[in-house]
Amino acid sequence: MTTLSESTRNFLVELCRKYRNDEHELINVLHEAQDALGYLPVEVQHLVAGELKIPDARVYGVVTFYSFFTMVPKGKFDISICMGTACYVKGNELILDEFKRRLNVKVGGTTPDGIFTLSTLRCVGACSLAPVVSIGNKVFGNVTPLQVKKIIDEYIEKAEELH
Amino acid sequence: MKEVTITIDNTKHSVAKGLTVLDAARQVGIDIPSLCFMKLHDINIENKPGGCRICVVEVKGRKNLVPSCCTEVEDGMEIQTHSMRVINARRTVMELILSDHPAECLTCAKAGDCELQVVADRLGIRELHYEGEKTHLPKGNSPAISRDPNKCILCRRCEMMCNEVQTVGCLGAVNRGFHSVVTPAFGNDLINSVCTFCGQCVAVCPTGALTEIDESAKVVRALNDPTKTVIVQTAPAVRAALGEEFGNEPGTLVTGKMVAALRRLGFHYVFDTDFAADLTIMEEGTELLRRLKGYLAGDTSVKLPILTSCCPAWVNFFEHQFPDMRDIPSTARSPQQMFGAIAKTYFADLLKIERKDLVVVSIMPCLAKKYERARPEFQQNGNPDVDVVLSTRELARLIKLCNIDLNQLPDEEFDQPLGESTGAGVLFGTTGGVIEAAVRTAYEIHTGKELPKLEFEELRGMEGLREATIDFDGLDLKIGIAHGLGNARRMLEDIRSGKSHFHAIEIMSCPGGCIGGGGQPYHHGHVEILKKRQLALYKEDGSKKIRKSHENPYIVSLYKNFLGAPMSNLAHLLLHTHYFDKKY
Repeated sequence: MTTLSESTRNFLVELCRKYRNDEHELINVLHEAQDALGYLPVEVQHLVAGELKIPDARVYGVVTFYSFFTMVPKGKFDISICMGTACYVKGNELILDEFKRRLNVKVGGTTPDGIFTLSTLRCVGACSLAPVVSIGNKVFGNVTPLQVKKIIDEYIEKAEELH
Repeated sequence: MKEVTITIDNTKHSVAKGLTVLDAARQVGIDIPSLCFMKLHDINIENKPGGCRICVVEVKGRKNLVPSCCTEVEDGMEIQTHSMRVINARRTVMELILSDHPAECLTCAKAGDCELQVVADRLGIRELHYEGEKTHLPKGNSPAISRDPNKCILCRRCEMMCNEVQTVGCLGAVNRGFHSVVTPAFGNDLINSVCTFCGQCVAVCPTGALTEIDESAKVVRALNDPTKTVIVQTAPAVRAALGEEFGNEPGTLVTGKMVAALRRLGFHYVFDTDFAADLTIMEEGTELLRRLKGYLAGDTSVKLPILTSCCPAWVNFFEHQFPDMRDIPSTARSPQQMFGAIAKTYFADLLKIERKDLVVVSIMPCLAKKYERARPEFQQNGNPDVDVVLSTRELARLIKLCNIDLNQLPDEEFDQPLGESTGAGVLFGTTGGVIEAAVRTAYEIHTGKELPKLEFEELRGMEGLREATIDFDGLDLKIGIAHGLGNARRMLEDIRSGKSHFHAIEIMSCPGGCIGGGGQPYHHGHVEILKKRQLALYKEDGSKKIRKSHENPYIVSLYKNFLGAPMSNLAHLLLHTHYFDKKY
């Protein structure tokens, strides 16, 4: 296991303390940890387990159970293609294929420049807009394969602005 | 107790309120099949995740079938346990479980002892109508336990033992749906986890997903090597359980027949770990008295309580989870390792052979012993003090492999000089036994008086946590006993917080002690078997002429001719050890 930086360590210890080191708050702790760090590597899980006084296996079980949690770093922008029934029927598989082709990654993969992670999810509750693609908090509705390039370019620009 | 009236299979019964349908049915003689469910009465623990759905029954007025293991009886409930709908559902569930199970029954280590196989047969499954994706996960090995996740049916019994009973926290379910698997944290192997190798997961696994690493081939090879002298030691708990593998009632003592079988297998000398248990008492008892004297004299550097150290899973447990307290347990090695160290020095010298030509085999009720024997501190120049450890189950298979009918053998005696033991030594196999043996010797050495009565009833029994005060001629010696690592944890936490008032504590990792070890014949949930094994050991103790370790004539002569005195320099070198901080 590699070691965490002093500041990450302090952040996690504080975070657990904020939740009174209560094991029942595990999911909240993991949520905030992932928000801050981008992902939940083994070292983070081990430290959280120690702080909440629960076995590593329990933390690892929760992290692997919920698809929201990830153990590998994600890109700046998480492109989520809805595969719920409505979006699926309205042809979101074609949209997914187009993202795969243009970004040259598989589902769950991250582009080498670290900008995009491509993932799928089940229903964001916007079925009237099907097919939908969500990036962060933004939801794109009635997406067509032709719009994919435009969406990607828009976020590449955003990434550059962030730099 | 309140009662409710229920109808099961068209017959009315009065049963206690609060029972599950499964328990109620079994009480009135209706044995609903179950698979993931397991109830360990004596340690008051249940596994009922309601996951496998084999125990479903039909309840009048309910739309869906209900799992009987986690549905409570209600007044007026009408239950059908074998309607057409129930039988069809059960068979479908079983077929689906089997559709993702490797059909390796003929070569599986669990063949003949597999609960999945038994239930499938009971349900009359002769054909699988479903074919689908199969799990293909890598197997995991370790020095003691073999994991085959492809044979796992996700009953979660191992997880219950590991987390609730033992509080080790090694095994847990990860991922979800079809990809679910029970594994140590982060997908590591057991050796890179907090596993203590206690083997309680193996003891409850219904299938071949968790088994011991079988090393009997190594023994056969050694026995057929003309350049080797092969000796064997047998742990106390083995003689109280081996007979079960040959159709004997639980609690049948087969000491003499076991010795005869080992001799017929070709071992040159058949020795007894009980001898080394007597030796352990000399060392551990002396250490206890020294620490006690120092403590009473006001020496603040002396730590009490002293904790026993015979159990290798317990050693692993505190090295992993309480490394800051590793100066509290006795430094005495376990009897297995004391035996190995004496065999490869004293006994090899007697035979005038080199240690590399002496092969020491242990028969143990335990899987952690396999890990213990491989620890680097118990080797000299790469040659281990103990070469191979076989579990009770492996020995039974080896006896069968070599065409020996245990039940027809005469009773034979152990060889000398490492086969003589006292009643105290044999008690090491049960919870409370090590401390009873220690008290017999420590009392007489401390007081200089003979004990009026050897049986300490207050130290005996099956309660997970016990305590007793023994009058050491005016000094009240306070003794604690814990078996099961969850109980051990409670003891340790009390010591850490200063609440503990004990002078000495005996700890054994497995429920019941070694008689309930992970290498013993499978109990399949019938933990009442452990009590019978315990009684067998008490019986063996009672039948011995010598029942106090310090009166074992071969122990006396071992000190006189070789070791000098308990805790001498040589005794320290061969019979004591040190512990490591393994917190990770």
